[in-house]
Amino acid sequence: MAHSAENVSGARPAGEPLLRVENLVKHFPITQGILFKKKVGAVKAVDGVSFELHRGETLGIVGESGCGKSTLAKLLMRLETPTAGRAMLKGKDIFKVSGSELRRMRRNIQMVMQDPYTSLNPRMTVGDIIGEPYEIHTEVAPKGDRQRRVQELLELVGLNPEHINRYPHQFSGGQRQRIGIARALALKPEIIVCDEPVSALDVSIQAQVINLLEKLQGELDLSYIFIAHDLSVVRHISDRVGVMYLGKMVEVGTDAEIYERPTHPYTQALLSAVPVPDPDARTHRDVIRLVGDVPSPANPPSGCRFRTRCWKAQERCSVEEPLLIRRGVDPHPSACHFAELRQVVG
Amino acid sequence: MTDIHVSSSSSPVVGGGGRHLLEVKDLYVEFHTRDGVARVINGVSYHLDPGETLAVLGESGSGKSVTAQAIMGILDMPPAKIPGGQILYKGENLLAMPEEKRRQVRGKEISMIFQDALSALNPVFPVGWQISETLRTRAGMSKKEALNRAVELMDLVKIPAARARVKDYPHQFSGGMRQRVMIAMALAMDPKVLIADEPTTALDVTVQAQIMDLLGDLRRDLNMGLILITHDLGVVADVADRIAVMYAGRIVEHADVRNVYKHPAHPYTEGLLDSIPRLDSKGTELATIKGLPPNLMRPPTGCAFHPRCKYAKSVCTTETPLSLDLGHGRTSACHFAKEMLDGTLR
Amino acid sequence: MSDFESVAATELHTATPGPAGNPNAPGQPHTLEVSKPRSASADAWRELRRRPLFWIALLITAVVALMAAWPSLFTSADPTSCSLSNRMGLPSGAAIFGYDVQGCDVFARSVYGTKNSLLVGLGAALVAGLLGMLFGVTGGYFGRWWDVLVSRVIDIVLGLPLLLAAIVFMKRVANSGGGQTARLVALIAVLGLLGWTTAARVIRSSVITAKQQDYVHAAKMLGAGSGRIMWRHILPNALAPFIVIITMALGSFIAAEATLSFLGVGLLPPSQSWGIDISNARLYMRENFIPLAVPSTFLALTVLAFIILGDTIREAFDPKLR
Repeated sequence: MAHSAENVSGARPAGEPLLRVENLVKHFPITQGILFKKKVGAVKAVDGVSFELHRGETLGIVGESGCGKSTLAKLLMRLETPTAGRAMLKGKDIFKVSGSELRRMRRNIQMVMQDPYTSLNPRMTVGDIIGEPYEIHTEVAPKGDRQRRVQELLELVGLNPEHINRYPHQFSGGQRQRIGIARALALKPEIIVCDEPVSALDVSIQAQVINLLEKLQGELDLSYIFIAHDLSVVRHISDRVGVMYLGKMVEVGTDAEIYERPTHPYTQALLSAVPVPDPDARTHRDVIRLVGDVPSPANPPSGCRFRTRCWKAQERCSVEEPLLIRRGVDPHPSACHFAELRQVVG
Repeated sequence: MTDIHVSSSSSPVVGGGGRHLLEVKDLYVEFHTRDGVARVINGVSYHLDPGETLAVLGESGSGKSVTAQAIMGILDMPPAKIPGGQILYKGENLLAMPEEKRRQVRGKEISMIFQDALSALNPVFPVGWQISETLRTRAGMSKKEALNRAVELMDLVKIPAARARVKDYPHQFSGGMRQRVMIAMALAMDPKVLIADEPTTALDVTVQAQIMDLLGDLRRDLNMGLILITHDLGVVADVADRIAVMYAGRIVEHADVRNVYKHPAHPYTEGLLDSIPRLDSKGTELATIKGLPPNLMRPPTGCAFHPRCKYAKSVCTTETPLSLDLGHGRTSACHFAKEMLDGTLR
Repeated sequence: MSDFESVAATELHTATPGPAGNPNAPGQPHTLEVSKPRSASADAWRELRRRPLFWIALLITAVVALMAAWPSLFTSADPTSCSLSNRMGLPSGAAIFGYDVQGCDVFARSVYGTKNSLLVGLGAALVAGLLGMLFGVTGGYFGRWWDVLVSRVIDIVLGLPLLLAAIVFMKRVANSGGGQTARLVALIAVLGLLGWTTAARVIRSSVITAKQQDYVHAAKMLGAGSGRIMWRHILPNALAPFIVIITMALGSFIAAEATLSFLGVGLLPPSQSWGIDISNARLYMRENFIPLAVPSTFLALTVLAFIILGDTIREAFDPKLR
């Protein structure tokens, strides 16, 4: 797959991207044996994903479980090492740096995690949790200045700065998520990867956290990679959206392109399956029911990975892998041989 | 016509007058913990008729699941205690029944499925064995009869190749298929009432649609009453006939599903509807419900929602609102429900 | 039960009004809040100070330690001047717990036996704890071939019959003609070397659990090194079961010394230890139970004090139990 990143983005802001991910691949080996491990296969969690992220922009990534979106986040955070591919951040490949350069790179890209209950160390006070970035990167803030900075961060995310001596369990889920956001902001990163940041929260709390993320983006000129399975939330917050299926990006475009003019059958099915909070919609909704389950990423279908569940699948789909390129029907890229417009929302 | 306790005599009669299939009357549940007493359910009343779907909507801790557990008789007592109320099944009070008789009702007449199908299934037994277990122990079927019936049930819940998969173990099924196995188990004794506690929360959106379709079909074909417990306003709009919105252990609004979405009669319902992002438009900043759900050990005085309510007046801080009958089987536990419907509440 | 837990965990949180908080939650100690950062150990100490059980356990431990250091403070009798004419003598003004089968003062023997028993118990627990921690933590944290190696070594050591191995080892020490001190050191070494595996297993598995937690990933993403991750994030969350195991092992080491001494390969008379006394008195239990009861009570109280100490400290360091 030699398609370059230029092909692979929808309408986008002009100028040099902040982050350019090219052909990212992560295969987890499946091994057998205890002492002498033998590789018997691989889970192809991420299999050739490319995208760009611009300054101040939010790129939403949607997909169902097993599509590789969380592995993508772990790769970008260097929690996993990619099998192939590169990600250029300010002219440097983030997978190539190490030592002090890696530490400096980490200051620039931080993450907000899904579960506010497990992402905070239960034995550290809130002050210690948010102050830890400064202890690791001592050059960012002199020692005497740290407490003030921690309290400023607490205030920024809407928590009481007096609460630095409290422990995580004394806060509710939404407040804990704010603590996680404050920790991610401590080093003044330009990019924040949000991996399902609101899916563990109650409906009435989700909106508070989403608004906070949007407010912070405006104030601090942040770029978000917003990974979620909730398509409504992703539409609300994203400027551009990428749809993933079984380790591949199948469609990418602006929010209007993806939600109003989807051309990939998977995107269409995904959108049509979202229950709409309007009882009158039940009668006239065009719902595409997919059959079966997502195939195993250890043994994905040949050709187009979606063909086993696709109503349009033909001989060609099992032989030739559709590339993520612009198709005639709409100016945004879609990885389907038979891409066509079909409005499923609204 | 309101009663001293919050609602009960004012319970709506959408499903026709007289006796209901299942009726919860003025139920109270409290948890006695080391730190004090948490009043988790405070006078909940609702009813269910054959063939209808009642959605119980609420956030975590609203008491929506605890009510269901009280109906099933699976609350851990202690720490739970039921100081008041009735649960009538075909006119008989389940709470006053001896345990022996209650067991006859549980599973046979009223059955329940849970959010996490993986932990609800025993990993060391084949699914067919688990589905047929109740048939052997309670319906006195022979091993072979029971297994044949298990295959029928798996067909009923549309598990492909049921005959071949009856000997498979839970881990060999995907999430959606496991949920189907659990539904098959719940249906084994032909229950009249099925309680589904967040049945699709752990599932992907395309699979969620399949499971909701299945539950709807089964309810219609078997003429069951379905209680759908969920936090998802979209799912409710898609399948429910009536909806009961719970907050802090009370039903704050109860009505036909169309009415609720068009003209919410309680500020909490309105807040929830406003705070969810839309799939069909990008929208601007989300409206939020300020603050956090109350601490049930020390609930606010008056209306439990008043600290978060944008309309709160002084009466709300002192007087607990009664469940107000608004006609057409509609109730709302807000002092200003009528003004809300008129649109004159500021 | 999951729903009850969710009630306890999510809604019954102590209401914390931030700017987004609940303005009407009663009784907020707002003005009392000190915003100076406190350390976890300071928080734990504040908690410990309030617990009577902690002070009782500390007092017992202090008395036992004092007894080990200066036994003559507690009794004027000489534990080695025994006279068979006092054999099994009942409690009297001269000896408050009477005399044992050899005619030695029971109380004095127990007081003087404290030192050796405590040294063996604490020493072996220290050796076992350090070994267990070292191998358990590194095996669990680094994984791969090192973990495989550590796990196999644990299996092998667990497979050794403790008494048999100890007897063989102690016989060699005896043959090489070591004195009492050498025997004591050998005893500590052999018990520690054979007794670290349970602690290692326990801490290894809790390290493995802790290292998969999101907060450990979060620290990695911040660029924290292995040392910080282990010290700040993994160990504090993995230590609780380890403390329980080690305090309980302390008691069993003191008891093991008794068995070995009884078999003649531990400490030898005229050395005193609770173990020696218990072993000797056991045979004559039906004749007179006091010589058995006194050192047993010393042993039980000491072990109990250490267990309570370990337990209260463990709880004090857990913010959720405060």
